[in-house]
Amino acid sequence: MQLLYFAWVRERIGTGGETLDPPAGVATVAALLDWLATLSPGHAAALADRGAIRVAVDEVFVGPDAGLGTAREVAIFPPVTGG
Amino acid sequence: MITTRVQPEAFDSGIETAALGAGRHDIGAVVSFTGHVRADAGLVSLSLEHYPGMTERQLAAIAAEAEARWPLLGGTVIHRHGRLLPGDAIVLVAIASAHRGAAFAAAEFLMDWLKTRAPFWKREERADGSTAWVAPRTSDDTAAARWEQT
Repeated sequence: MQLLYFAWVRERIGTGGETLDPPAGVATVAALLDWLATLSPGHAAALADRGAIRVAVDEVFVGPDAGLGTAREVAIFPPVTGG
Repeated sequence: MITTRVQPEAFDSGIETAALGAGRHDIGAVVSFTGHVRADAGLVSLSLEHYPGMTERQLAAIAAEAEARWPLLGGTVIHRHGRLLPGDAIVLVAIASAHRGAAFAAAEFLMDWLKTRAPFWKREERADGSTAWVAPRTSDDTAAARWEQT
């Protein structure tokens, strides 16, 4: 699975993306975030405030309960501030 | 048909807006909005990061939604990314229609949804050398929510 990070999530994790294989039990977005937070202090810091985290699976916004299914690309970022 | 562009280069709002009505006799109204970098509290620059691929997809989806809601005759949406300076134009929404009502409404809708649904993030650089990611504004969410259809 390709993970992508943007804005301060990218800065706190220390990379713009990585390729990871989550454990078999990780089936939802919320479970993926829980698992990612265990990977390093940077991941933990980036994902500490779940209310400030937004997720897109294969370029579509999803909520924490969304299933990962056959997700190819999961992007994690703060609320958007364009315009 | 609304065309959408994501680019680092500057654009000319006047040229883009004039192009929408050029040679057309069915267009009675062109409404345009240009967003600029405002130099609040010692701001030196504004850097816009985005999610290549999803940004284009979201802008196209928002444009398609506007076309489904109003009788539009054309439009151009441009959003820049990269490092911008105070006074620089960031975003253009220009919409053409037979009458002003649809053009005004669609332009406002596009800006409201773009601000809350297009994956861009702004980082401020200040005169003291510090940087900070811009926090989302509740007022933007409120503005976007009034277009929700139940």
